[in-house]
Amino acid sequence: MASHTASPLSRRALLTGAVPAGAELARAADTALISRADAEALVARAVKMSKADEILVSVGTNYSANARFAANQMSTAGATTDAQLAVQSSFGPKHAVVTANDLSDESLRRAVEMSERLARLAPDDPEAMPALGPQQYGTVQAYFESTAALTPADRAKAALAALELTRKSGDLQAAGFVTTALNANVLGNNKGMFAYHRNTANNYTLTVRTADGTGSGWAAADHPDWSQLDARAVAQRAVEKARLSRTPVAIEPGRYTVILEPQAVGDLVQLLGGYIDARSADEGRSPFVKQGGGNKIGEKIADERVTILSDPADPQLLSQPFDGQGLPLARQVWVENGVLKQLTYSRFWAKKQGKTATGFPQSLKMVGGTTPLEEMIRGTQRGVLVTRLWYLREVDPRTALYTGLTRDGTFLVENGKISKAVRNFRFNESPLFLLNNLEALGPAQRIAGTEGGGDVVMPALKARDFNFTSLSEAV
Amino acid sequence: MTTSRRDFLVTTGSALALAACGTAAQSAAPPAAPTPQRQPTPGDASINDLLLEALQAAKDAGASYADARAGRYRRQAIATRERQITGVSDTESYGVGVRALVNGSWGFAGTSDVSRAGVQAAAREAARIARAARAVQKRPVVLAPVKAVTGSWRTPVQVDPLEVAIEDKVGMLLRANEAALKVPGIRFVNSGLNLLREEKTLATTDGTLVTQTLYRVGPQFTATAIGDGDFQSYTEELAPRGSGWEYVTSLDMPGNAERWASLAAEKLKAKSVEVGRYDLILDPRNLWLTIHESIGHPTELDRAMGYEANYAGTSFIAPPEKMLGQLKYGPAFMNVQGDRSQEGALATIGYDDDGVKPDEFLIVKNGVFNDYQTTREQAAWLKWWYDKQGQPTRSHGNAYAQSWNSVQFQRMPNVSLLPGDKEQGWDELIAATDRGIAIVGDGSFSIDQQRYNAQFGGQTFYEIRGGKITGMLKDVAYQMRTPDFWNAMDMIGGKQSYELGGSFFDGKGQPGQVNGVSHGSPPARFKNINVINTGRKA
Repeated sequence: MASHTASPLSRRALLTGAVPAGAELARAADTALISRADAEALVARAVKMSKADEILVSVGTNYSANARFAANQMSTAGATTDAQLAVQSSFGPKHAVVTANDLSDESLRRAVEMSERLARLAPDDPEAMPALGPQQYGTVQAYFESTAALTPADRAKAALAALELTRKSGDLQAAGFVTTALNANVLGNNKGMFAYHRNTANNYTLTVRTADGTGSGWAAADHPDWSQLDARAVAQRAVEKARLSRTPVAIEPGRYTVILEPQAVGDLVQLLGGYIDARSADEGRSPFVKQGGGNKIGEKIADERVTILSDPADPQLLSQPFDGQGLPLARQVWVENGVLKQLTYSRFWAKKQGKTATGFPQSLKMVGGTTPLEEMIRGTQRGVLVTRLWYLREVDPRTALYTGLTRDGTFLVENGKISKAVRNFRFNESPLFLLNNLEALGPAQRIAGTEGGGDVVMPALKARDFNFTSLSEAV
Repeated sequence: MTTSRRDFLVTTGSALALAACGTAAQSAAPPAAPTPQRQPTPGDASINDLLLEALQAAKDAGASYADARAGRYRRQAIATRERQITGVSDTESYGVGVRALVNGSWGFAGTSDVSRAGVQAAAREAARIARAARAVQKRPVVLAPVKAVTGSWRTPVQVDPLEVAIEDKVGMLLRANEAALKVPGIRFVNSGLNLLREEKTLATTDGTLVTQTLYRVGPQFTATAIGDGDFQSYTEELAPRGSGWEYVTSLDMPGNAERWASLAAEKLKAKSVEVGRYDLILDPRNLWLTIHESIGHPTELDRAMGYEANYAGTSFIAPPEKMLGQLKYGPAFMNVQGDRSQEGALATIGYDDDGVKPDEFLIVKNGVFNDYQTTREQAAWLKWWYDKQGQPTRSHGNAYAQSWNSVQFQRMPNVSLLPGDKEQGWDELIAATDRGIAIVGDGSFSIDQQRYNAQFGGQTFYEIRGGKITGMLKDVAYQMRTPDFWNAMDMIGGKQSYELGGSFFDGKGQPGQVNGVSHGSPPARFKNINVINTGRKA
């Protein structure tokens, strides 16, 4: 799979590596993260060393571990502890950053001194903004001991929940990935801004294929709290999907009523996150360009049942309450009852346009409705039920038009029932068109398998006229 | 270390953001200057000793095989828009990764603590993780035999791209932007560079000890024209290369930018394509990505065997026993080579991360599927086929890890469509075509998880009528079913028309890793291919 850029919400590239000598894994996980007190002291030390007008210190520490299995076998497993330090020094509009992966005083001093030397040599940045002063951040409890205490054997056990089922069946093959991460992130400067957040993360994805190669089912779970992750339920769902998706039949591509499971909705709707930058719209190169100039804030862009927001404190999201510049992130509604309410403004663009800077969100939620998936199926004369979408790529930025395919469980619904498994389709569709063709919304849930990653909550939905353009033989 | 005007580094405020974002991948190193070199460096005798210490520790912890890999990765990325720099990142990562095979199960651990205690701890950790995996393992891993090798290899470059002053790089990009902004209608220009220097030493318990220095350069240029309620971008396909700075300067970005930008403006006025079936003539700058997706990925043996099922998917070229020597991929003149030896190609190296010296092999031979991409772990799976061909069972040398802290696995070598015998090119193919579309550059790309159904766009599209180009088209994408598409190829360019394209960022695996890979090809013609219109009003 080729890709040209990393997604802004990407977090899938978890590293693998080692833990300190002699330590138990769980304890190693604990010691990998910088504490708030140590972080404050580190920032204070850097500020004291600094001779610049402004200094911004950024520290990330993390521990991650994973287990991977395929063809009913373990394949690879690993763990890592890692740390990053970045020091930005500024003299007026001149600034420079120096990084290191060592948090010692010696390393800190080197970073401070070198960033000052380099900043003096840098050209003026026409978009430089003054340092932030003290900020008020909400508190998000996103760190769970259940996750911090995990061992390699626990992850192997989660894999076994699937492998036991598929090995016993004799006609199923499992492939999956369990990954765990602990993070502590710090930002601080010499003008009183200090932000600290730590979190845990768990992600489990599982694909079960039938040995005859005609069926494939996928299921997944994602939660910062390991105790909320039900590996057995994931395994059962993937097995059930694999069996149900066996020997799919070809039906004509065309425009269909679709019932998209939350993952499929997220795969498409999450892409809107890449277009909500006000600057692109104001510059005339975004789907949110208003004819005649400016952007579409205040205009209706979707069905009135559609509300999309970011909210670090939402119990389903639990994301970091500040962005990478230290701007506080709170509840921010992007689309409310179908009307575009807000786009993201950087500090520079907000100043230029006379707006308030929004910060860059780290989470996305589409508010759900009350129609359960089963009821959507019952109320459908003829339609296609989709488990998830795959290999989505932009085709036309003017309309946020994407192409991609259905994958791992695509079914025909006839007369209120799933009648048969069908072959996968390629689609050419925009999330904006989809959200205008809405028929019903289900309860929103946290999704686990996005290509982009991030904290994402989406409902299942039913929509008309989804544009399937060709068939795929792929299973 | 002294600094000078020529060493300045700049970045935007948001670039720093990367370091502080909440999740693991976002904590990838932020834009910055490199840290001063720490001792020692791959290639030094002291590093060799450390790696041997790590191997001993892995053996003491029960490993039947282990390898230890020290790497120093210097990555630089520069991005500009119009008349300003939008980001400079310059990072260095240094550490050691140890892979241990214990009772037939793999464990991997890496550490940035490049001390004796640090690497020994990593080795023990790798063994411990392997033992936890063993409890779940059914079939033990078996490695194909290799002959131990010692040696060194370096990408042949004239000018180390990381040693060129950033000022010169930024100056070149801004001059290109300025030239592009001269074109009426061009409002935005983005240009940039991705540069990598990878220094590594690999030691294995089989006795291999190899040191390498690899270079990669990737320039970028995109111009955007704004029209009446419309906007169109043009990205010039500046193939990334395993080369030095001399390759970047040979592209003459400032001298060509105006011509490139004028194509974006021209696209605003281009005719929207009529859907239907056309003969397509694909330039190597478009075809490389089609080769990558529809030949490169489905012929990875781990995909065919289900090892990537949970992420990128499996392959239509499976099972091997029904495909090797049997699947008709394309016409008899179709030959596709896997190699890690083409000069200037991104996957070109001296030794792979299993310690194997790669060979050149035909993936498609005279139109028939002939071989998969392999590592040491995988080669033995195809022993029956190699025996039948009278060939030794050996890895093709396709193991790669993106960093010291990533485990090596099967990654794509350079996969290229070899030129035809007849010396003909773009002009001859167009002259021979009555009704068709010629496509240059890569655009949108998407393919299913078994690599059957794909859709590709491009950068510029030209209508062909009666053997001549009659005008520019827009909103073009072609849809294909892989075996039908390659069997529809009826003309191919000769040696003189062969060009390399490629990607700096080919993604695979969980956790995801990126790899640079090149694909060479001549232009080729494909009969009667389905073309759709992608334009639509919001």
